[in-house]
Amino acid sequence: MTDILAVAEHRRGDLRDVSYELVTAGRQLADETGGELHLAVISGTVEDFAEKLNREGVDAIHTVTDGEEFNHDIYTQTVTQLADALDPQYVLIPNSVNGLDYAPAVGANLERPLITDTIALTTEGQTLTATREMYGGKVETTTELEGPAVVTIRSAEWPKAEGTSDATIESFEPEIDEGAIRSTVTGFEEVGSGDVDISDAEVLVSVGRGIDEEENLEIIHELADALDATVSSSRPIVDNGWLPKNRQVGQSGKVVTPDVYIAIGISGAVQHVAGMKGSDTIVAINTDPNAPIMDIADYAITDDLFDVVPALTEAFQ
Amino acid sequence: MKILVPVTEVATVEDEFEIEGTAIAEQYLGADLNEWDDYAIEEAVQLQEAGVADEVVTVTIGPEECEQTIRQALAKGADRAVRLWDDALEDIDLLGVDAKAELLSAVVDDEDPDLVLTGVQAGDDAFGATGVSLAATVGYEWAAVVNHLEHDFEDGVASVRRELEGGVEELTDIELPAVLTIQTGINEPRYASLRGIRQAQRKPLDVLELADLGVDESAIGSAITLTEMYEPESESDATIWEGGAEETAGKLADLLREKGVAQ
Ligand SMILES: Cc1cc2nc3c(=O)[nH]c(=O)nc-3n(C[C@H](O)[C@H](O)[C@H](O)COP(=O)(O)OP(=O)(O)OC[C@H]3O[C@@H](n4cnc5c(N)ncnc54)[C@H](O)[C@@H]3O)c2cc1C
Repeated sequence: MTDILAVAEHRRGDLRDVSYELVTAGRQLADETGGELHLAVISGTVEDFAEKLNREGVDAIHTVTDGEEFNHDIYTQTVTQLADALDPQYVLIPNSVNGLDYAPAVGANLERPLITDTIALTTEGQTLTATREMYGGKVETTTELEGPAVVTIRSAEWPKAEGTSDATIESFEPEIDEGAIRSTVTGFEEVGSGDVDISDAEVLVSVGRGIDEEENLEIIHELADALDATVSSSRPIVDNGWLPKNRQVGQSGKVVTPDVYIAIGISGAVQHVAGMKGSDTIVAINTDPNAPIMDIADYAITDDLFDVVPALTEAFQ
Repeated sequence: MKILVPVTEVATVEDEFEIEGTAIAEQYLGADLNEWDDYAIEEAVQLQEAGVADEVVTVTIGPEECEQTIRQALAKGADRAVRLWDDALEDIDLLGVDAKAELLSAVVDDEDPDLVLTGVQAGDDAFGATGVSLAATVGYEWAAVVNHLEHDFEDGVASVRRELEGGVEELTDIELPAVLTIQTGINEPRYASLRGIRQAQRKPLDVLELADLGVDESAIGSAITLTEMYEPESESDATIWEGGAEETAGKLADLLREKGVAQ
C-alpha cells in the first residue's frame, strides 16, 4: 500500500487547473512512498480528459463513464470502490466546492481520517505531515497523521504538471447502487452579471468588512469618484446586501486583473485573494499589520481606513 | 419536520498575538458564534416561522464556557439545545472531522431530524468537512455549500443551489433526510431581540457525555495531531508607508498619479 490515487475535477466539459496540480502533488507523494500515481477521471468525456491528464509522472488513469457532470453520489461510490480495489495509501482530492461535496463521504466510507485544505504535504514511512492554515490564514500549522488517509489540496499551491507520459488508461466499471443516488443536478446558472463588469475595470477601490456599517460606504464611493475608479468588495459586503453580487471579488465572485487594486479593510482570506492576486499593483489599507493581504500587497498603509480614505479623497479634489 | 443545527463556538484572534507551543496564547483569544452557523440557524428559524419546521434543535460540541454562544442561538429562535462534552475531549487540541461526525451522529440517531443544517466551515480550524462527513456516517443525503434553499420540500425533496467557483451555481434536488452545509449570504441573520434573549435563558439545554451517547472513547481519539503552529513567513515585499494619515495618503496619492490614475 504505497500508491496514490488522485481524482481529477472537470466542469462543463473542461478539466479544471487543480487537476494538473493534483498530478504534481500526487507524483511527489508517490516518489516519497515509492508507489505509483493513479488518477481517476469520472463522468463526461473521460477519454478526452484522460488524454489531457496523461502528463509526466502519471502511471495509470482509470476512466469511469457513469454520469455526465459531477454528481456526488456517483463520485462517492466510485472513489470508494476504486480505493478498495487499489488500496492506495492516500486518496487526493481537490479542496474545491465539489471536492468538499464528496471527499468527507469517501473518508467516512473508507473509515480513513480526512485532512482538508492542505498547502504542503510530505510523507515518511506511515506518517503524513500536512501544512494547513487556521484562523483565516493568521497562522500556519503542521499536522501529522498515521496510516492511510483522504487528503484535499488547496488550488494554486502546487505547480501544474507538464509534459507527457505513457500511462495505462483503463476503464473502471463501478457497481453503482442506483438506490443510493438520492441527488439530481438539474442545471447551472451564471450569477453576478449586471450593469458593471468589475473585471473590465482598470482601477478598483475594493472594500471589506473593516467598513463596519453600510452608511460608511459613502466614503468609499467618494474615493472611487475622485479616482474615476470602480467599487468592488469582499464577500461580507455582498452578503450584507450593501453591494450587488456582481461587485464581489474572489473564488465565488469575479476574477479581476486591474492596473491598481486598492484593498480597504479586507483581510485577504484565500477565497478573496483567488480573485485579485493577478492585479498589477496591489495597495492595502488595513489596521492589522499581520493581515494576510499584506503578503501580496505591493504598497501598504497600516492605519485606520476612516482616517486614510478621506485624506486620500481630498488629495484628488 | 424537525431540524437539527450543529452550532460551533469558534476562537477569534486579536491582530497582535503570540503563540505558545501549538496554540495561540489564551489572552489573545476571544470566542464567537461561527459566522457560517449563524446563517444555518437563521435558515432553520425561517423554516419554522414559515410553518415548515416544527422544532429546531441545536447541538454543540464544547465545554460549559460555550453556553453563552449556545444561548445566542436559542435567543434567535431555536427551541432547545444539546451540548456534548466529556473529560476525554479536554486534552485534544485538534478534534478531527471523523471524531466530530461520530459525536454528532449519535445525536442524529437520538433526535432523528429530517434536516440537518450546518455551516460550510468553522472559521477557526476551517476543515469544511463536518457536515458531509456526518451525512455519510448516518446515511443521510447531503449538499455542500448551499446558498439557496426552496422552502416547499415537495415530495420530500430539498431543492438547493450550490455555489461553485467563478460565479456559477449548481441547481440540485436532494432527497430528505439530508444534511445541508450553509453558505453565508443565503439569508440575513437576525440580531437576537431582548425578548429572545430573556426567553433563551429558560429554554432547555441538555448536557450529554460520551457514555450518555453510547460513544466509545476510542472513536474520538483522532488520528490527526497538531505538531506545530507558527506565523506564516511573510512573503511580503510591500513598501509600507509610515506616518500620519495625511502623510501616508499623500504618498499613495503620488503613487496613483504616477500610475496615471484620475488624470
Ligand atoms: C466556499 C467559500 C467561498 C468564498 N468566496 C469568497 C469570495 O468569492 N470572495 C470573498 O471576498 N470571500 C469569499 N469567502 C469568504 C472569505 O473566507 C472571507 O470570510 C472574506 O473574504 C472576509 O472578508 P473581509 O476581508 O472583508 O473581512 P474580514 O476577514 O473580517 O477582514 C476585515 C479586515 O478589516 C480590517 N479592519 C477592520 N477595521 C478597520 C479599519 N477601521 N481600518 C482599516 N482596516 C480595518 C481588519 O484588520 C481585517 O483585516 C468564501 C468563503 C468560503 C468558505
